[in-house]
Order: sequence, then structure tokens, then C-alpha cells
Amino acid sequence: MSLEFLLASGIGAVTATGIYLILRGRTWPVVLGLSLLGYAVNLFIFAMGRLWRDAAPILSAAGRMADPVPQALVLTAIVIGFATTGFVIELALRTRHETGSDHVDGHEPTPGHSETRDSA
Amino acid sequence: MLFALILLPLLLGTVLTGWSGSGALRPASERRRTAWLAAAITGASLGLLLAQAPAVMAGGSLRSFTPWVPEIGLNLSFALDGLSLMFALMITCIGLLIIVYAHHYLGPKDSTGKFYSTLMLFMAAMLGIVLSDNLLLLVVFWELTSISSFLLVGYWQHRADARSGARMALAVTSGGGLALLGGFVLLGQMAGTDEISQLMALAPRIQADARYPVALGLILLGCFTKSAQFPFHFWLPQAMAAPTPVSAYLHSATMVKAGIFLLARLTPVIGGTDLFMALVMTTGLATMLFAAFIALFKHDVKGLLAYSTVSHLGLITFLIGLGSPLAAVAALFHILNHASFKAALFMTAGIVDHETGTRDMRQLGGLYKSMPWMATLAMVAAAGMAGVPLFNGFVSKEMFLTEAVAFAQGGGWRWLVPAAAALAALCSVAYSVRLVHDLFFNGPARDLPQPHPHEPPLGMKAPVALLAAVCVAVGLLPALLAGPMVKVAASAMLGRAAPEFHLALWHGFNLPLLLSVLALGGGAGLYVALARGGRLHRMNSENWFGALTGLNLFTRSMDRLFSSAGHLTNKLENASLQRYQAWMLLAAVAAAAAPFWGGDAPGTGARTLLPVSLPALVLWALLLAACGWLALRHHQRFSSVVVLGAVGLATSISFIALSAPDLALTQLTVDVVSTVLLLMGLALLPQQSPHESSRRRKARDAALALAGGAGVAWLAWLMLTRDHDSIAWYFLSQSAVAGGGTNVVNVILVDFRGYDTMGEITVLGIAAIGVLALMDGMRTRRPALDVAGRAWTFAAQPLMLRVAARVLLPLALVVAFYIFMRGHNQPGGGFIAGLITAVTLVLQYMANGQSRAENLLRAQGGRRFVVWIGVGLGIAVLTGLGALVFGQPFLTSAHGQPHLPILGELPLATAALFDLGVYITVVGATLLTLSTLGNVTREPGSSAAPRLNPSPNPNPSSSPSPGRIPS
Repeated sequence: MSLEFLLASGIGAVTATGIYLILRGRTWPVVLGLSLLGYAVNLFIFAMGRLWRDAAPILSAAGRMADPVPQALVLTAIVIGFATTGFVIELALRTRHETGSDHVDGHEPTPGHSETRDSA
Repeated sequence: MLFALILLPLLLGTVLTGWSGSGALRPASERRRTAWLAAAITGASLGLLLAQAPAVMAGGSLRSFTPWVPEIGLNLSFALDGLSLMFALMITCIGLLIIVYAHHYLGPKDSTGKFYSTLMLFMAAMLGIVLSDNLLLLVVFWELTSISSFLLVGYWQHRADARSGARMALAVTSGGGLALLGGFVLLGQMAGTDEISQLMALAPRIQADARYPVALGLILLGCFTKSAQFPFHFWLPQAMAAPTPVSAYLHSATMVKAGIFLLARLTPVIGGTDLFMALVMTTGLATMLFAAFIALFKHDVKGLLAYSTVSHLGLITFLIGLGSPLAAVAALFHILNHASFKAALFMTAGIVDHETGTRDMRQLGGLYKSMPWMATLAMVAAAGMAGVPLFNGFVSKEMFLTEAVAFAQGGGWRWLVPAAAALAALCSVAYSVRLVHDLFFNGPARDLPQPHPHEPPLGMKAPVALLAAVCVAVGLLPALLAGPMVKVAASAMLGRAAPEFHLALWHGFNLPLLLSVLALGGGAGLYVALARGGRLHRMNSENWFGALTGLNLFTRSMDRLFSSAGHLTNKLENASLQRYQAWMLLAAVAAAAAPFWGGDAPGTGARTLLPVSLPALVLWALLLAACGWLALRHHQRFSSVVVLGAVGLATSISFIALSAPDLALTQLTVDVVSTVLLLMGLALLPQQSPHESSRRRKARDAALALAGGAGVAWLAWLMLTRDHDSIAWYFLSQSAVAGGGTNVVNVILVDFRGYDTMGEITVLGIAAIGVLALMDGMRTRRPALDVAGRAWTFAAQPLMLRVAARVLLPLALVVAFYIFMRGHNQPGGGFIAGLITAVTLVLQYMANGQSRAENLLRAQGGRRFVVWIGVGLGIAVLTGLGALVFGQPFLTSAHGQPHLPILGELPLATAALFDLGVYITVVGATLLTLSTLGNVTREPGSSAAPRLNPSPNPNPSSSPSPGRIPS
């Protein structure tokens, strides 16, 4: 087992959970799922710079440097991820306010009709 | 000049008549003015045309060329030669007559503006077709005729038959137009040019090309649908729901001739091959015979005329297919003749309908008594149609029979052709006789809706009289009146000098004359035999073919198309977002997996991997546990926020451990703010998700999730086990030299890739302002009870927290300043400092409550933060522009190490100013998002007053903070 394996499988686990949650029927788990996917994507992009033991993050005379390019990409992605999370939360609120339901379809599933197939 | 000829009706005509006839009351004067305008514009086009006519009649041709979209070969190129002159004259002259006729035909309730402006549009499109010298341009006008004819057929939009007839005409003709476009594109590719006048010289190359049969098939499909050839003829009788002037114009003289025009135009390019002959001749012959026979049994006057038109179009198509020069002459001559007698007959049908209120020949009869003039005119036109000697139809029909007989000289099965031709001529005589007999003689009319018909007004009669006069005049003096026109048109059509021919009434005793006489006698006899005892009136041709008529097949296939489209839509699109989401994810997984399928998919790479430490293992286990918990227990919403925070923490720790302190700081602060935001949102949403997913759905989603997760993990693994070739060396070597900083991440953000960062903070600002717009005006009350039915209480802000927050504020601001300043050389920078500041201010909100905090910050319900975002973005942009002042590209930074008193040497870069913009934007956006959400629960108009809680035990607290516990 290697650190790389841990990171890759960790990213996979977070992605899987995120996908599962954005497939739920209520807005809240979708918000959570999007956040999880954000984490996973950021880690993935970060991992593009490969993993280094004791690499320096700041320029110095000696030693190996961590790859700054993915880091710069991820840094802004984190902040934008926050903004979109905020947007999605308030979208969920507004939807519930307008439709009276926090189901993603904008209305409560009609029992017996399509629940098992489509809306649950 | 040529373009102006089209533009006149296209722009001036449509706009002026539309404007003039737009009045709601439609007084007579306004109707007259509209008709006059239409006539004047048509007259102007005709005048322009006549001005050019002498040159063309002398054998010349006119061209104009203006590039439009030369990249795709589409140019405004027009040409006026004999063929187009003949058609253009027909279009404008008959157009003029129609305008006059329609003025009297339309009722006081019909909109003249709509009628005339669509008619102008149609006329312009027709002129465009015949004058275009560019294949693609021709298609544009071709489609325009389809659309304007759709509008004209559906003119009485309140009538269901008009609507369905219009729709069918559009579907068939524009479907054919699509095929035509395909054929033209192929033709253009084969020839290497789209200019029609250049195609002629390239004919051998085109006809030798392997794509020629395909292109020919597509072009013929377009022509046959437009000219109502079998088996696409069925739309034309349905289009008879149009007002009669429209039928007279579109369905006798012009639009249905567009297909024939195109056949004639392209004959030198695609014609002459065996395939062309076989297809065009057979189609024409079959159409002619079939339609002539059916026409005899139509009880509706216009239905009879429609089938007769189909039959005559078939005749012309046959002649074009025959391909001999004399056949071409006959075809062109018959086009002229057919336009004159058929337009006259359509107008007569309209007049009869107008006067009696019906078009059913089983009801009509004996009209000769009440309208002898009209009857005489109609008989003249019908004689032309039947091919009676001394009338124009006779001359061209004679030529047609001559060509058919000449074709039979080849021997073998070919005698079938003149036989079919004679049979069709016979039927044509029979239905002409029926038309005259049933309308004007054959006993008194029965139960007419309007029982007292009389002669129509002069305005309706005059156009018919004019056309009837043409029928007679041309019939008597064909060589003098029609000869020159036909000659130049035939030369243009053939692409070389037309053969010597002589249009004459008398050719001596020969086989064609015998056939003519047989047809006349036989046709009359056939009608007499059929009509005896009213047998013909009781026949119903609709039943003969059962479900196998083109109409039925079309309707059925349309119905099937619509219903299967509906089924498919219902299946795919059932308004369930979850289903859409699942499909999209499935598609994404499939697309990502595709490269790994087959071939040699990459495997684990050769990079030396790092060993696992115990803390890493523990962290990994925790992360997996958190994921598992979230997947299974996410229904507990509050707890899920906490667990989500744990995932965020694990991410931050990974960043620290993997030499990314900037990321760790950012992630940590963002997670703090996010958690607050999530909890605030959750306060207004149900606290639990219902367990409602079915087992099957859960299994489906889990399978998708596992596939997606495994795929991403595999990608990450493939990548992490390989070495990479980063572009980082550039930034690492240039950061200190060119950017003046040692924190390369920050230097990249604010300097090297400053443009990106600028875009990113703009997105940030937009998202935050989007939140404001989204929540604008929304006010809601928090629920008074929790899920278990217990009432919420709202504790006053704890004293400790308030004091701590107050003490922390300046300290935290100093820290933020420090983080900001050192950002260029040490972990930190505008993003992180902004987030730290935001966290501190959020703490003030939590400790003091929304109202007080907003008062302190003068936030005006969050709107002030919009200003902050603006200021931040403004600073960033100005910094960038500053570089321009010094003649540097946008966002170039300068840096130095000024020595300041007390602070000592200070590394400074203009990038720091840019970073300040980032800082302010981040603070503004974060606080805007939070305070907008906080304001949702406040009562409107009480910025400072405490919120009134509607719960059973009202509480004066105004805090929307999540620090609430169920009592």
C-alpha cells in the first residue's frame, strides 16, 4: 500500500458518495453531494502535481519544490466552490419557498403513481 | 437591377401592403389602397423586367453578382436569360391579374394587409427562384416559397382544413426542399462551384461522378414534391382550402411550376443521361395519366382543377424527361398555355363559389342562364385545357403527341408511351367537358346556399376575360404571339440555339392529329357514358384505393411519427430531475470509460511510490467512514453537515501534509464559512430527509456512484503512478526574478496568471450578487416547532461569545493584514486574508445577531457588500490598467524593495495592489452570501427591530444564527 493508493481511493470514495447524494430526491443531499464532488475534484487536480515527500512549498535555495501550478488552480477553485455552494443553498431555499416542497422536482412525489420509478 | 426586381416586392411590397392593410376596421378605401399598392409594386417589377426584355429577346442575358457569404459559396448572383424572363413575366403578369381579382374576391372580414403582404413575399420568392444564378441562393428562395405558400394556404386560419392543408403543403414541399439542398450541395462539390451559369460547362464531369445518381435523386425529389408529381401529388388537392386567388396563382401558374422550372434550368447540367430520362419521363407519364383519370371523378370544382393541374404538370415533366430539343420547346409552350387557361379556370371556380356559395358540382348546374358571360369565358379556357383546335392547348398538346409518337419510333415497348399520352388526353377532354357541363348546363342548380347567382363584378371578370383572350389569340396565332418567347426560353434551357420549329395550328394529316381527334371524341363519349343517369355524381373516387392513397399514407405516417415522438419524449423526459441526472452521469461515465475499452488501456505506472504512514492510514480510514456515513445516514441533516466538515478537514490535512499550506489555509477558512452557511440554510429547510427511495433506485444510484467513483479513483491512480512533465519549471525559475515573490502559488495567482484570477473573482462576485437577486424580496418564517413537535427557543447571544468576538475582531484583522502582506513570499495572500476577515466578521454576526452586526457594518441588508465587491473588482482592473499607462500589457506587475522607516526593507509589488482587489472581493462576496441568507428570516421593514417569532412562546431574539436548541 502506498500514499498514492490512499489518495486515489480516497478521491474515489468521496466522488462516489457525492454522485450518490446528488441523485437523491431532496435538495439538501444534493447540496451536500455537490460539496463532496467539489472536494474530490480539488484533490484530483491537486494530485496532478504528484505527491512528494518533504517538498518545499516556498522557493528556497535547495530541495525539491512542490508543483505550484495545480495548487494555484485549486486555490481559486476552492473559493469559487464556496460561492457556488452558497448559491445552491439559497436556490434550495427559494425553491422550497416558491413551491412548498424541498423535492428537486419542485413538488412532493405523488405516492403510488411514479414514486417507485421516478421521484423517490 | 435584377436584385431590385426582387427587392421591390420583398421589402417594399410586404411592408407597405402590410402597413396599409393593417387597420382593424378595414374600410373599403383602405382595402382599395392596399390592392393598389400591391399592384403598383408588381407593376414596377414588371416594368423593370420589360425594360430588360428587348436585350434578352435578342439573345443576350443579364447578370449581376454580389458576394454574400462567399466562404460557403453563397452569393447574391442573378441572371436573366430567356427561360427566367419567360417565368418572371408569367409571375408578374398573372400576379397583377390575381391582385385585381383578389381585391373583389376577399370579403370585408378578410385582412387585406395579411393577404397582400404574404402574396408579395411569395412573388418575391418566385422571382428569386427564377432569377437566381447560385444554387444555394435558389434554395433560400425555394424555401421562402414554401413558407409563404404555407401562410397563403392557411390564410383562413380559423378553418381546420386550411390549417391542415397548409401544414401538409409545407411538410411535403419543404421536406423536398431539404432533399434539394442536399442535392445542390453534392452538385456544388462535384462541380467545385455553386454558380449555375458555370455548371453547364462542367456537365460531363458532373455526370461522370460517382455521386451523380445520389445528387440527381435528391434534386428530383425536390422538384417532384414541389411540382406535385406522383406519388407526392396529394398535397396539392389538400391545398385547395386556400382562397381561390391563391390557388389560381400558386397552384396553377407559379409555385407548382417551380419544380418544372428547376428541371428545365438544370437540364443541360444533370439531364440527358439514361437515368434522368427514365426517372423524369416515367414519373411524368404516370402522374399525367393517373391524375387525369382521377380528376374526372372529383366533385369539387377546385378538386377537379387540382388534379388536372397535377396531370398537366406531369405532361410537362414527361416532355422535359424526353429530353429532345423539340420536346423542350413543347414543354415551355405548354407551361405558358397551362398558366393562362388554368388560372382562368381557377378564377372561374372562385367566381362560381363566390356567387353560389358552393363548389360542389353535384349541386351546381345551369349557371349559363344567370352568368352567360362567365360561362363563355370559362368554356374558352376549358377548350384550351381540353386541347380543342383553335385554342392554345391544342397546339401544345399536338406537339406533345408528336413527341410521344416520335419516341415510339424506337420500337418495342415504346408504343406504350403514345398510348398513355392519348389516354391522358382523352381523360383531359372528359373532365373538361364535365366541368363545363356540370357548372353551366346540366339542369338547374340544387339547394344553392346563395340561390340567386349573377354575373360577377368587372374586377373579377376582367382578369378571366384577359386570360381567355390569350387562350384564343395564342391558339390562332401561336407562332406570332408565343414563338419568340418560347424560342429564347428554349435556347436558354438547352444551353444552345433552339432547333428550328414552327408553332402552327395545322400540321397536316398525321398520327398526332388522329390521336387528338380520338381523344376529343373519346373523351366526350366517356363523359356522356359516365354521366348518364347521374352515375358519375354517385361515384366516390376516395374509396377506390382504400388506405393506399398518398394522403392516407402521409397522414398515417405523420400520426405515427407524432405519437412515437410523444412516446419517446414521455419515456425520456418525465419531469424527474433525478432521472435526467442519472442519464447525464451514465453518459459521463460511459464517455470516460470509452478510451479504456479495447486496445491497450494504460495500466499502473512505474513511478516510485511513497510509503504509508500511520496518521495517513488513520485519516484515510476516517475519510472512508465519513463517506459511508454520509451515503447511508444523510437523512439526518444536521449531523450530515458535521460529517461533511470532517471530509473537509481531511482534505485540509491532506493539503498540509502534501506541501500545500496555501490550500490548507484556504480550505480551512472556506469550510468554516460554508458550515455556517449550511446551518443557516438548514434552519429554513426540513431537518430530516424522508426515506423515500425505492430499493431499486438505491441500487441503481449506488451502481452509478460506484462506477463513477471507481473510474475517478482509477484515473487518479494511473496518474499518480506516473511521473509528469510539469510546466512548473517556468514559474519556479521566474517567480522571484519576474514576479518578485517566493510564494510561487501566490505569484502565479496575482501575477503570471493574473488574468485568470481576475476572471475568477468576477465569477465570485457574480455568484454572490446572484444570491442577492435570488433571495430578493423573499421573506420566510422559521418553523415554530421541530420535527418532534417541540417548540424552538432562541437563546440570547452568550455573553462570553460576544466579548470574545469583540476582542477577537481587531486581533483577527491584524492577522489577516499580516497574512495578506506576507502572501507574496510566504503562505497567505488576498484569498486567504479575505476569508480570515470574513470568518471574523461572521463571528460578529453570530455573537451579536444579524441586526446589530449589520448596523455595525452599515451593511444595509447586505447591499453594502455589493459595493465592496465592486470596489474590489475595480481595484483589480485599475491595477491591471496601470500597466497600460507604462506601455506594458494589461496586468503586468512591477516590484521593488523600498526601504521604509521602522518597517525596514519591504518587498513590494504592484501585484499586491491586485491582491488587495482580490481581498476586498472575497470579503464582500462571502459576507453578501451570508447576510442575504440571514435577512431572509427577518420581517420586512425592521432592519434594527427584533424579529417577532410566531412560535407559541415568542422570543425577542433576532438572531438567525444556528445556535438554537429544541426546548
